[in-house]
Amino acid sequence: MTAIVFDNVWKEYGDHVVLERIDLTIAPRSFVALVGPSGCGKTTFLRMLLGEEKPTRGKILVGGNPLKTEPDADRGVVFQRYSVFPHLTVLANVMIGREFERACLLGKLFGEARRAAEAEARHLLEAVGLKGHEDKYPASLSGGMQQRLALAQAINRKPRILLLDEPFGALDPGIRADIHVLIRRIWNENSLTIVMVTHDLSEAFRLGTRVIAFERPRNRPEELERYGATLGEVSAKAIVAASGASITQDFDVWPRKVAEPLPSADTQLDLKLASANGAKPPG
Amino acid sequence: MRLLNLKPDRTWSIALAALPFAALLAAYMMGSAMRLAENPNDKLLPSLTAMGEAVKHYALEPDPRSGLYLMWNDTLSSMSLLLTALAISTFIALVFGILIGLLPIMGATFGPVVGVASMVPPLALLPILFIIMGLGDAAKIALIVIGTALKLIRDVALRVEDLPREQLIKAQTLGASTWQIGLRVVLPQMLPRLIDSVRLELGPAWLFLIAAEAIASDSGLGYRIFLVRRYLAMDVIIPYVIWITLLAFLMDLALRLLQRKAFPWFAGARAA
Repeated sequence: MTAIVFDNVWKEYGDHVVLERIDLTIAPRSFVALVGPSGCGKTTFLRMLLGEEKPTRGKILVGGNPLKTEPDADRGVVFQRYSVFPHLTVLANVMIGREFERACLLGKLFGEARRAAEAEARHLLEAVGLKGHEDKYPASLSGGMQQRLALAQAINRKPRILLLDEPFGALDPGIRADIHVLIRRIWNENSLTIVMVTHDLSEAFRLGTRVIAFERPRNRPEELERYGATLGEVSAKAIVAASGASITQDFDVWPRKVAEPLPSADTQLDLKLASANGAKPPG
Repeated sequence: MRLLNLKPDRTWSIALAALPFAALLAAYMMGSAMRLAENPNDKLLPSLTAMGEAVKHYALEPDPRSGLYLMWNDTLSSMSLLLTALAISTFIALVFGILIGLLPIMGATFGPVVGVASMVPPLALLPILFIIMGLGDAAKIALIVIGTALKLIRDVALRVEDLPREQLIKAQTLGASTWQIGLRVVLPQMLPRLIDSVRLELGPAWLFLIAAEAIASDSGLGYRIFLVRRYLAMDVIIPYVIWITLLAFLMDLALRLLQRKAFPWFAGARAA
């Protein structure tokens, strides 16, 4: 299993420290929710985990190995928007992951291989509740359906880590509740560690097994003015240079939630259709 | 009701659209009739019948000297140059635009040179092209390609850069290589956008074609206009100009239809 370890990670842009002293071990199969005010670096944290940004100092280890420095198939992602390809049908959006994997040259499968990938994608679409929408383009889907599609697309490559960047932030409350059920089921039925950025605290506590809060000390120049502090310009700068956000709260959610033990190694990555058809997901 | 809320229905839209055309035609006919009443040999504003005669002569009767139907021959010659050049331009723009927009290394290498080169006025290059490539078709095609391809490349590159970064990251997390991303994610999304860009470049393409034909040619729509200009043959020039306009309009319409039929997802994606 793959624990994710942050070993004294710093992220700086020039003089500006975004994150500092991040020491963190994320246990395999946990569902970590990152919360914090906007601009506190939680998205930067996720981007580092994605491989899109490199830490300025420190190391990120996954399963004991240094993280690859570019996004790759072992880490799936769902963003708040633009997660699916607008020029592909719903079905093709899910299939494309398999096509990237199996068809190096053309990125397109034909014949028997294509039929297999298509069957697999249809199965997955049914599991996320998009049956009957296979031939539509994403633009004609609602926001909630697009995120369901993005989830199906991401888990089709069976990543070990799934990163969610405010995935449900733009959805209505009712639709959000439905998709919470889906993401819980996906987490339960696949061998996944999920890291989710959100600014909805209740969402963080409802879904997460662990909630981590990021906060930045209030000592940026404009904030100093606001709080009426009277520091000289030089010393204010000195403080700014050394104050990124860091972890201020980190707790396991109670009552303890754990992912269902996976039935067996070979079926573990399969979404169970049974629970798609009405049965209550555990947890 | 406020003026800005008054929307014409379909019938009215057609009628209103026809109105300026009818007004132009009426104004021409009046002007022509007035001048011809004063001087029946006036060449400046020929009557519609005179123009009809000229078109009949050029389009429906073979030229006694060459045996060719001149208007069709001119059209064929011009269109083949124009379409060849536009096809070359489009292909170049697609390849280089995607490379420059997608790969930072290519962008750093070729972005600036394309930016500078696209500022060269293409017509200023025409003498150079004639000197190097001779007065034949190659020089004319080269002029149109130079005049349109560089702008198209910049356009495609900008549109590639406009793709949300989330899409490219997402493709990577699905295990795609650079080549696969170019082929399956970027290229298909650029094709309908390229059609828009090509539509905007149709005007410049015609401009360069007619300019090149006017200077050195023995057939073509631009050649004919400049040839008969010597005889003040407005009865030929005006129908030719209308014909060129119609051809350009139809090309634009065809591209628009192609975009709608071949890329049904594009309208929705653009609105989103």
